[in-house]
Amino acid sequence: MADVGNCAGCHTAAGGRAFAGGRPLPTPFGTIHATNITPDAETGIGTWSREAFVRAMREGIARNGMHLYPAFPYDHFTNASDHDLEALYAFLMTRMPVQARASANDLKWPLDFRPLIAGWNFLYLKKGPMADQPGQTAEWNRGRNLVEGLAHCSDCHSPRNEWGAEKHGQAYDGAWIEGWYAPPLNAHSPAVQPWTADELFSYLRTGLSARHAAAAGPMASVTQSLAKAPDADVRAMAVYVASLMADAPSAHGNRPPIDHQELADKAHPAAAALFAGACAVCHDSGAPMMQQGRPPLSWGTALHVDTPNDTLQVIMHGLRPPAGRSGPVMPPFADTFSDFQLADIAAYLRARYTQQPPWPDVLKAVGELRRGGAP
Amino acid sequence: MISLTVNGKQHEVDADLDTPLLYVLRNDLELNGAKFGCGLGQCGSCTVLVDDKPVFSCLMPLAALGNRKVRTIEGLGTADKPGPVPAAFETEQAAQCGYCIAGMIMRAQALLERNNRPTEAELRAHMAPNLCRCGTHMRILAAVRRAAVAMGGGVQQQAEAKP
Repeated sequence: MADVGNCAGCHTAAGGRAFAGGRPLPTPFGTIHATNITPDAETGIGTWSREAFVRAMREGIARNGMHLYPAFPYDHFTNASDHDLEALYAFLMTRMPVQARASANDLKWPLDFRPLIAGWNFLYLKKGPMADQPGQTAEWNRGRNLVEGLAHCSDCHSPRNEWGAEKHGQAYDGAWIEGWYAPPLNAHSPAVQPWTADELFSYLRTGLSARHAAAAGPMASVTQSLAKAPDADVRAMAVYVASLMADAPSAHGNRPPIDHQELADKAHPAAAALFAGACAVCHDSGAPMMQQGRPPLSWGTALHVDTPNDTLQVIMHGLRPPAGRSGPVMPPFADTFSDFQLADIAAYLRARYTQQPPWPDVLKAVGELRRGGAP
Repeated sequence: MISLTVNGKQHEVDADLDTPLLYVLRNDLELNGAKFGCGLGQCGSCTVLVDDKPVFSCLMPLAALGNRKVRTIEGLGTADKPGPVPAAFETEQAAQCGYCIAGMIMRAQALLERNNRPTEAELRAHMAPNLCRCGTHMRILAAVRRAAVAMGGGVQQQAEAKP
């Protein structure tokens, strides 16, 4: 369950011990530091009873009665089943205790006053656990329980209102998160190929779908975590997420890869030479990587969404699985290309591999990423 | 003809715009320090500095260079008078087969020019993209620590964090 929820994703600092907290989480309201959830009595949750743990997960209230900030997605965890929460408690309490105190949060006034969260909870917290939906299969209901609960998928994939709560009626409509655009996972999915349960299963499990693309950014961390979760649970999640996208345009059949090479070469001759020298060795249809069944660039969602951000992120920073783990690899090109060249290549890819109109302001997007800023 | 500046010297080469910089360095300019390893930007044996930043020259098309300056291991001194980084690699006997070493040295050079007092964690993270199949990583790290001292700094040791 800890892998389904990717607890370690937030509760582990860069280079730190797993679950010992300390990772700064930037939010629109200031920076929150993830806490230590190892069973250390003094700085972790070592003194927490099962009841205190379950209350934190369901209501966002710490053992001492203090309100927790909703950056801790208890608005999702509340949906988890009693059985799963108990299993998670048993797992966390048997980790190695680590003594580590998280830094103080740095929040804008008046949000540093925690009792205000009671109002947020009154408005936005719908307490679980979530009841099964009759008429659906047990697998679908299991998937829904995990996706809407511990896996908290819509935490990143749904837009939020001015109070940081997910917008009602716009679930899975796509949203910005940590400098990345998390695409819609509903009928608005811009995917080119259908997201079937099988494709989602292999994507969530391995970080790569042969009919879509590789997972990148925060999603890469999610897939690394799900790689360790039970098969049946990840399959159930795939079944449920596939059902969310059943009405997406891509659901109605396979589309062949797009390649407007001549047009794109003519419109962006400089980028065509850069692509031939830097990208084609892996991404051209005859490249060795493509012979291993990797997806063509035209099937990647990032090229089809309205922002060049994710395409640029991957070109600039590449893909690299964590040390000792396997996963898709791509070298970074931030120091190889100038800002203008990066923008030109992104425009070239959009022209060559999609039917979409050119992106506006690609150069500006490069500048923002250079400064490390999220849009 | 395309002009490029390598190790402070200007060259004119007759090559296509999409030719990788590595091919021009090795075939046209006969600077054979940088090696062709994987050709996919995954091993780092072709690492050179472009405007002081380490890049994989096998994936750097000539067209991308513009008027940026290239530096290769040949620019870091001679066999008799090596610069501090190659000298440290020699002292620590960091090379086994040696194929990755020119790339390792160039990547280390980029780090130490920018920061000659990196932490051990920064050093390891910085060197991570370059691979060595002989397994001399510990000697390579020792060489970079030695070079940091020779360049007036030193790698800052700290309690190693275990994940």
